[in-house]
Amino acid sequence: MAADPRGVTMVRYRFGEPSLTVWQKIWHINWLFVLVLCATAGVGFGMLYSAASGSLDPWASRQMVRFAMGFAIMLVIALIDVRIWLRYAYLIYGFGMVLLIAVELSGTIGMGAQRWIDLGVVTVQPSEVMKIALVLALARYFHGASLDDVKSPVYLIIPLFLVAMPAALVLRQPDLGTALMLVLGSGAIFFAAGVRIWKFAVLIVLGLGSLPVGWQFLREYQKQRVLTFLNPENDPLGSGYHIIQSKIALGSGGVFGKGFMQGTQSHLSFLPEMQTDFIFTMLAEEMGMVGALGLMGLYTLILIYGIYFSVGCRNQFGRLIAIGVTMTFFLYVFINIAMVTGLIPVVGVPLPLISYGGTAMLTLMIGFGLLIGVHVHRDVMIGRRASGSDIV
Amino acid sequence: MHRDSDRHKLFNRRTAMLAGGQLMLLGALTGRLYYLQVVESDKYATLADENRINFRLLPPPRGRITDRNGLPIADNQQNYRLLLISENTLSVEGTLRALERIIPLGESEKRRIIRDVKRNKSFVPVTVRENLEWPEVSQIEVNTPDLPGVLIDVGESRDYPYGEEFAHVLGYVAAVSHDETTDDPLLDLPGFRIGKAGIEKVHDLALRGSGGNSQVEVNAFGRVIRELSRQEGLPGAEVQLTLDAGLQHFAATRIAGESATVVVMDVRNGEVLALTSSPSFDPNLFNQGLSTAEWNDLVNNPRSPLINKSIQGQYAPGSTFKMVVALAALERGVITPDTQFFCNGKMTLGDAEFHCWKKSGHGIMDCLNAITQSCDVYFYQVALRIGIERIAAMAKRMGLGEPLGIDLPGERGGLIPTPEWKKSAIGSSWQKGETVILGIGQGYILTTPLQLATMTARLANGGVVVKPHLTPQVVEPGSVEAQFTPQPAESIGLSPAHLTLVRKAMSQVVNDPYGTAFRARIIKEDEAMGGKTGTVQVRRISKAEREQGVRKNEDMEWEERDHALFVGYAPVDNPRFSVAVVVEHGGSGSSAAAPIARDVLQEVQRLDITMPTSSAIGASDASSENALDDNGGRPPGRNHG
Repeated sequence: MAADPRGVTMVRYRFGEPSLTVWQKIWHINWLFVLVLCATAGVGFGMLYSAASGSLDPWASRQMVRFAMGFAIMLVIALIDVRIWLRYAYLIYGFGMVLLIAVELSGTIGMGAQRWIDLGVVTVQPSEVMKIALVLALARYFHGASLDDVKSPVYLIIPLFLVAMPAALVLRQPDLGTALMLVLGSGAIFFAAGVRIWKFAVLIVLGLGSLPVGWQFLREYQKQRVLTFLNPENDPLGSGYHIIQSKIALGSGGVFGKGFMQGTQSHLSFLPEMQTDFIFTMLAEEMGMVGALGLMGLYTLILIYGIYFSVGCRNQFGRLIAIGVTMTFFLYVFINIAMVTGLIPVVGVPLPLISYGGTAMLTLMIGFGLLIGVHVHRDVMIGRRASGSDIV
Repeated sequence: MHRDSDRHKLFNRRTAMLAGGQLMLLGALTGRLYYLQVVESDKYATLADENRINFRLLPPPRGRITDRNGLPIADNQQNYRLLLISENTLSVEGTLRALERIIPLGESEKRRIIRDVKRNKSFVPVTVRENLEWPEVSQIEVNTPDLPGVLIDVGESRDYPYGEEFAHVLGYVAAVSHDETTDDPLLDLPGFRIGKAGIEKVHDLALRGSGGNSQVEVNAFGRVIRELSRQEGLPGAEVQLTLDAGLQHFAATRIAGESATVVVMDVRNGEVLALTSSPSFDPNLFNQGLSTAEWNDLVNNPRSPLINKSIQGQYAPGSTFKMVVALAALERGVITPDTQFFCNGKMTLGDAEFHCWKKSGHGIMDCLNAITQSCDVYFYQVALRIGIERIAAMAKRMGLGEPLGIDLPGERGGLIPTPEWKKSAIGSSWQKGETVILGIGQGYILTTPLQLATMTARLANGGVVVKPHLTPQVVEPGSVEAQFTPQPAESIGLSPAHLTLVRKAMSQVVNDPYGTAFRARIIKEDEAMGGKTGTVQVRRISKAEREQGVRKNEDMEWEERDHALFVGYAPVDNPRFSVAVVVEHGGSGSSAAAPIARDVLQEVQRLDITMPTSSAIGASDASSENALDDNGGRPPGRNHG
């Protein structure tokens, strides 16, 4: 079985067993964390119920079905040995890249932003696949990196490419929000892996310096969004409308909100996209700052769990996956809330577990599955040189 | 192992930094929420309400205008409008086709409707037709099941039941023009009408009332979701005029076809009982909107139907001015009642000759006979002796030369010429001859018929200052507001003996066989009238013409004929009513104007006009009980009714 003998010797289990049984794994699942996830999703169902003016149709019921499916997938993934992910990390990444390129090619035929690809059975959004795949690939790469390796700039060339290729393709789609999440999420992994801080500083300076160049590559509507963000009152009925109405809804909600299903901005159609990207606004309008902070509290709890899982994991691969997933989740939360509160330009990022939509839900549930899996397999020791091929 | 634990330690450190960073960013979001939802909350709550709440103004019904007896002379009529809501139709075209079987729609009308439907949101009612007739309304109501999306809406439009007869007094209402908008939001309402002339204009604010409003919740597309609150406005106040609709109707009918005006006043308090001007116009047309052709007809008509001749027409008073000259001269002692002058048909002053209307002359004339027979030479002589200033001063005291302040827009003041006036207006000095012809009310002098009626009232009531007015009060729901406060009876300060003399002369004008208006006398003794004729030259008569013999008025072009004037009062021994009649280019005052005055004075006495309006003024300050006890508040004219 042992293709790499050194790897085999490095694998150890806390209780001395060769592996955990399924029941042991289920026992190791942090069910409190799962409860927090369900509670958060429950808030989402409630808001979708309100968005439909007190009806499960058309959003809440479908969202429940999706969550149930995602929940099952999450549990299955949580039970899969992390070493499997280690083994297939690059393969999954490669698969994601193929899909991205495929969508890029078909996208040139189609009109406008092409983000979806039809695999015959299901339609997938390759950029969503890539959010997970990139975390896996980078985790695997840095799992094999010693502290000295990480200090060498040359060593960072490959992972930078791993990030840059999908990010560039996603940006071309064009999907600024996802590209941003890919880059920032990866940055967290780089950072946690120990890449020197001054290198980030250099990168940020370079990034800021290339902003004018990057501006040229932005699509007209993306430029418009940025400009509108900088001064939404310039165009109150045009592109600034979303931000203005969202701020009005938020502000008018006050501390305690207007009451469940009583949001005037939401229910009288002043608020756009209230069941998807602007659902936080609706929550804050109806439940007030208390409700908004309550939801943010749930999110913080999820983040704390994520960091706790990552720090408590005994293998670097698992730690990096956990921090990558946690960071991605944080970016969802932050970008969405910052967007609807007018802190950053409008970028189409949904509010995790709350916004209506299947793709993001699936990505998140897979991510949470990995997170739980990392925790379940927290005591699996994986050697730096291991490739995971010694398992199964 | 040791390397991995180093790596782990670094990882933990870095993760702590990341967590710290995340916490800071979450803190920033919390701060942002605090800023929006607590600090700026009120501002955004207001903005949210502005988003969702629309104020709809509810136009108040315009106040009615009634005559002195409460008879409505301006009222509101229901106006049925046919509306179409496109989202309730199966197809707009289908509904229109079905509708065409009931009311025919023109091609352009249909195109307009379809265009309006496309321009508006599907729930916005589009007007198909306004001012529907009742049979059409009922037919549409019956066929409602076949007319999906059709709706009948009842609005109000102004209606003037007497049409032309009150047009100059009432004025009219029409759509608000751009420069008329004030801060009253009612004026911005589409279709809102305001008073543009006459009483409708003067009392527009009172008649208008104040708008109510309804707060409705609307969604982002403007659809009304529900009504949040409703506050009814105050309906416009009812304005009661001093006019008597019956008398007005009589007077208007009497001068129909002429270019003329009649003013009837109560001599004791200045209430205007009739005020007509002919030709007139139909104020209802203005409400609906005039066509260009109709407008041009009104504007270009040489008899100027849009001009209210009673207050805007300015005419030389002619011989009706002779009482003023006589009173001025008597007061200054320039003449006594016995002073005589000889009339041989003309008077010479320097090179100029001033002719009497009676070519052969009147012979020896005293004041009484000079007025009775309207001897011009007598008044030439008198005018020459007292001078222009004294005549002008007396004219002013009689109410001439300045607007009297009647509550109608556009009142003209006439003109009492003085040397100073001539100096500044024309630039040359006053000529004696001009004083001479002023003695018979000719020359620069101009008066309005309203001024002549007022002058006559002041003569007839014993020299009490009365001012003409139309609205003693505006009746608002719950309050009585006196718009006209009667002044304590103020005397002009004329000697009763002189007034008696002048009134005796005016009685003789009508009732003495030598009088110029004898043929127009009122036979019934207790209703008899006094008065004075006036015939005013519109053009100068040249010497050549005079030698050829005076051309008869009938031979001249209408525009060149004399204006016929008559001022009068009745009953002659206890005057209650004064009247002024001007018939433009009507010929002589005795034949064209006096008969009209006679008929109107007979009618006003027949109508038994009581004075509910003026007693209400007296009571407005005191409590109603006091008013009943106080005889002075009673209409003094009751005994004579």
